[in-house]
Amino acid sequence: MTPTPLDRVATWTAEEMMTVAAARQLTDGLVCFVGIGLPSTAANLARMTNAPRLVLVYESGTIGSKPRQLPLSIGDGELAETADAIVSVPEIFNLWLQAGRIDLGFLGAAQLDRFANLNTTIIGDYAQPKVRLPGSGGAPEIAAFCRRVIVVLRQSPRTFVDRLDFVTSVGHGDGEGDRGRLGLPGEGPAMIITDLGLLQPDPLTRELVLTHTHPGVDVDEVRAATGWDLMVAEPVRCTDPPTVEELTTLRSLQRGRDPT
Amino acid sequence: MAEITTLADAVAEMVHDGDEVALEGFTHLIPFAAGHEIIRQRRRHLTLVRLTPDVIFDQMIGMGCANRLIFSWGGNPGVGSLHRFREAIEHGWPSPLEIEEHTHGGMANRYLAGASGLPMALVRSYTGTGLPAVTRQVATVRCPFTGRALTALAALNPDVAIIHAQQADREGNVQLWGIIGVQREAVLAARRSIITVEEIVDVLEPRPGAVILPAWVIGAVTLAPRGAAPSYAHGYYERDNTFYQAWDAISRERVTFLEWMDEHVLDTARR
Repeated sequence: MTPTPLDRVATWTAEEMMTVAAARQLTDGLVCFVGIGLPSTAANLARMTNAPRLVLVYESGTIGSKPRQLPLSIGDGELAETADAIVSVPEIFNLWLQAGRIDLGFLGAAQLDRFANLNTTIIGDYAQPKVRLPGSGGAPEIAAFCRRVIVVLRQSPRTFVDRLDFVTSVGHGDGEGDRGRLGLPGEGPAMIITDLGLLQPDPLTRELVLTHTHPGVDVDEVRAATGWDLMVAEPVRCTDPPTVEELTTLRSLQRGRDPT
Repeated sequence: MAEITTLADAVAEMVHDGDEVALEGFTHLIPFAAGHEIIRQRRRHLTLVRLTPDVIFDQMIGMGCANRLIFSWGGNPGVGSLHRFREAIEHGWPSPLEIEEHTHGGMANRYLAGASGLPMALVRSYTGTGLPAVTRQVATVRCPFTGRALTALAALNPDVAIIHAQQADREGNVQLWGIIGVQREAVLAARRSIITVEEIVDVLEPRPGAVILPAWVIGAVTLAPRGAAPSYAHGYYERDNTFYQAWDAISRERVTFLEWMDEHVLDTARR
């Protein structure tokens, strides 16, 4: 892998914009439940920039991990060696997650609908799936029990769908009041970060509203990448571009991870 | 009382065709050596149980050991799809695979209930998801004290649980440490158990946060150095991330998968 020269930080990829936008949501001292991939990268970027006392909790049972390099899996030895505590899987899900001790959870998905419900189970019919995806993992519990949830995924008509093929994790259900009716204690998805912009649920109806577009993206492009008639804030703001510090820290983190 | 024996004898004695077999280890201490022994002994019609089916179940499913899978997340962590798992579900190769799927929290609590002598576990999740409609082991019950609706899940009590640990002593007491996953619950929930270990020592020195399983709750203990590779054993060897990435290409096609299994698992003379 060739190192990125510093004079190239003026440009960035969509993946980098998403990671930086996610890291900015992590305020110092927050207790954050992290999955592998972009969420883990974002959480560690935040720890190295704006939130040095961020508490990272991984579903493998490591609490307060401070990895020096990005892990490939949620159970990497690095996460255990740098943790404040290691607990069993039943304990992490019951005593920590279900009991409401986690401020923020990150989730990804293959499909998302207008109320930020998520599918990571199948594409097509359940009995005869076109694509079998990994399934639930801990996502349904993260969606149910974290105080707030941030969802990160790329936006296209295939991912932003009118109707999910399967509800793996509940966002805002059918809208206003539905989480309460389902007995889900957390507030649910507070922000969706995509390669095109940011969406937040309407405070009343809980339907997603486009609030920000990333630099260089226009609203029509976002509408075209959405499988339903998208609600758009008036006015739509522009996301701040990644700073030099954010980009250089992120790139050095990712260089450290490459195992080859 | 744990019998210290060979892996081949332990599998021959304890794992039978048609059994429900749990292999646990949450990304750490995954019992690969034991899984390979089950493949070599050509067990069939197993119900395989595991939170994260991972590469070891991809291999066992692709080699035709299982016709049923109980799980919560089937992927190659940090890499992508499990191609053999997907092909069994999407195309029925090498044989159709019936699935029973849950969440991680659900599976963990089902083992915990099974290990605690309870017929069911109670959780607050699953509501509003698609799982209750496709998974029979899920029901809604009402708390007799508060009237609140809760999700009940049937306990898990596998015929056999297989785990890998760092150490056993000569009596067959076992100690594991690092990420401890759900191994204690799986062993205590199962009717029989096999524990492979990195080494057998005179005295188990206490480690912070360790799980100790006394010999009298274990069926068989067998020595299997590097028995968790390509996953890792905390304090012994690291996770072979390069192999997990290479598995994607090896397992993508039936032919390359079968050739790899033949050379690396079945052909013991060449190992």
